Amino acid sequence: MSAHSQSTAGSGIAPGAASTPRKRQPNGADFVIRLLERQGIDVIAGIPGGANLPLYDALGRAGSIRHVLARHEQGAGFMAQGMARVTGRPAVFFATSGPGATNTLTAIADAKLDSVPVVCITGQVPLGLVGSDAFQEVDIYGMSIPVTKHNFLVRSVDELAEVIPAAFRIAASGRPGPVLVDIPKNVQMAPVDQAVFDNPPQPGLPAPPPAPDPADISRAAMLLNAARRPMLYLGGGVVASGASDMAVQLAERAGLPTVMTLMALGAMPAGHPLSLGMLGMHAARHTNLLLAECDVLLVAGARFDDRAVGKAERFCPDATIIHIDIDESELDKILPVHCGITGDVGLALAELLPLLRPRAEAGREAWLTRVEECRRRHPFVMPGAEDPRTPYGLIRCAADAVDHDAIVATDVGQHQMRTAQAYPLRGPRRWLTSGGLGTMGFGLPAAIGAALARPEATVLCFTGDGSLQMNIQELATAAEEGVNVKILLADNNALGLVRQQQELFYEGRLVASGYRVKVDFARIAEGFGVPAVDLDASEHPLRDLADALRAPGPCLIRVTVPAEANVYPMVPPGADNLQMIGGEPEPADAAANPDEDAATTSATAPGGRHVHA
Amino acid sequence: MSTPDIAPDAARSAHPVPVPHAAPDARPLVALRLVVNNHPGVMSHVCGLFARRAFNVEAILCTPVNGGEVSRIWLLVVDDERLEQMVRQVRKLHDVLDVRRQPAGGEAFARLADCMAAWESETAG
Repeated sequence: MSAHSQSTAGSGIAPGAASTPRKRQPNGADFVIRLLERQGIDVIAGIPGGANLPLYDALGRAGSIRHVLARHEQGAGFMAQGMARVTGRPAVFFATSGPGATNTLTAIADAKLDSVPVVCITGQVPLGLVGSDAFQEVDIYGMSIPVTKHNFLVRSVDELAEVIPAAFRIAASGRPGPVLVDIPKNVQMAPVDQAVFDNPPQPGLPAPPPAPDPADISRAAMLLNAARRPMLYLGGGVVASGASDMAVQLAERAGLPTVMTLMALGAMPAGHPLSLGMLGMHAARHTNLLLAECDVLLVAGARFDDRAVGKAERFCPDATIIHIDIDESELDKILPVHCGITGDVGLALAELLPLLRPRAEAGREAWLTRVEECRRRHPFVMPGAEDPRTPYGLIRCAADAVDHDAIVATDVGQHQMRTAQAYPLRGPRRWLTSGGLGTMGFGLPAAIGAALARPEATVLCFTGDGSLQMNIQELATAAEEGVNVKILLADNNALGLVRQQQELFYEGRLVASGYRVKVDFARIAEGFGVPAVDLDASEHPLRDLADALRAPGPCLIRVTVPAEANVYPMVPPGADNLQMIGGEPEPADAAANPDEDAATTSATAPGGRHVHA
Repeated sequence: MSTPDIAPDAARSAHPVPVPHAAPDARPLVALRLVVNNHPGVMSHVCGLFARRAFNVEAILCTPVNGGEVSRIWLLVVDDERLEQMVRQVRKLHDVLDVRRQPAGGEAFARLADCMAAWESETAG
């Protein structure tokens, strides 16, 4: 039995069907659509089914909101995430009860961990049947508690006027996050007074961002002004609060070398002289080495994820840490901080900026010289960057072929880490990646969502064969909507990052990380109605890549990459960030003897050891 | 209500201050007084949060106030290094209107246990 096959979308309403003169009394579903319109929602991804049919019926009657029919509710959830991540505003997706609702959970959990404002509206069996194990009944309210910022089970139609605006307010206020609203079918069908319908409540808007305590700001300024080797550490909160420009200004004024988490990439443009790119497990060697040397670290909107900081006790061992976050529970959670500032990152940085001594006065030149020297000595190594048929080359050549406003989505795995390392992101809200949950299958539907919200942009979706197969059905949605999504598939017929860990940490025993059937992705894409280009067979791969990226609409571009190609450098899980494996330049390229420099670093961070692959 | 008594930081080896595990009764207890919205999902939100973060609740008491619009929940918990983090997490729950920490000893809860025992023997058979 197909779980969701009870209906197709409410597209079967004949235009002349509602010709009766008597005005139809609106119901709960009509009111929900009305409230969504007032929130500015113009696209909803979702899948209809028995328990949300009244909502679909109302959606069809209103005709004001474009519905995008996903092929799986997880796909719908990631489409909403794609919209929310590029706009910064809450996006909505629909699912029916039971399996439709459970299918949303991974996308919701992903939004929770990456603080993305989405509102999931699920249909539920009629309230009278709740608790009776009715057909397609699950307790999605109970199941979604741990993965939502907040959730609602609407018990009467009168609650809708409060619940729907509240869902949007909560999703977008403070630290953003997902909200689930479960609406029983009888509530959707209950009549709503015309007077109530005609006088809906105000839309739910984000609460004013909390201002930081000026005393904390002064203290942070004092610490930074006295620092000799300060650094700035940007997290996803900087993007969420729209503080990227402010962060760059602050770094420039005070001369702060800057690192970013995976979530913050683009906050400081790639190529900025102060940017040291991503920190952590797959950072450039110089980035992690320099962090270990810093004496004052200003952390803005980040949560010290283990993939970023490695073994927390050994992270920046000599540094005084200043931590700004809008979520008070993040302060002192992983690392004890010397100066914790609760509040909006943008407001905090704006207040901090004028209190900082300018770079020249602060005597930062020795430190900045050291940064340049370390960067030269331990450069990021990107083999094959000029050849689009290599893992890095595919990323670099695609970046060269599109403009700076292109949006970049990734799936999860080796291609994701390579894109994070190598793609020159020039600004915020153009980078969509599953950071906290690390959800394979994120990329394609998130890219579709981004393209729906920003139809003028080219959306690149870097993916691998493992990830693509986890939501491959959304190729049909991409074809149906004609979205400008370019899927760049680095196909190694393996779960590459799993394979890499087995090779490095499980003595090379490769278990269940290689596929035995080789999928013909070009044919699969074409079968879904998406044109495909196979660079393996191309005589002019660069030209074919550029042509495919220029053509409007969806396209899949695939290239075979070797499964043995690992992502370097790599910090072993659980190790400190100085234990980097690989990623050294070829001996001939080395500017100097790296051991000499490593010895200097080890003096700063006792016990730091370089492991060589 | 009893959540599995997991060693506090087993799942968070990165914690800067490794917390040696000790029997809960060897540690001082503290009472948390919560004012919450009164609807059927609130206990799940509150109890689930403690369970999820491997923080044991020793005793719990919940009564409606002000005609049932809101409820008052008393939680008896161990006062360890993670309590501040738990309180901050509880404050983030949208149905929790107020959280206060009170240095209540175990006496009130002990009397409550006596009360429950008396009630059970009265109603038994």
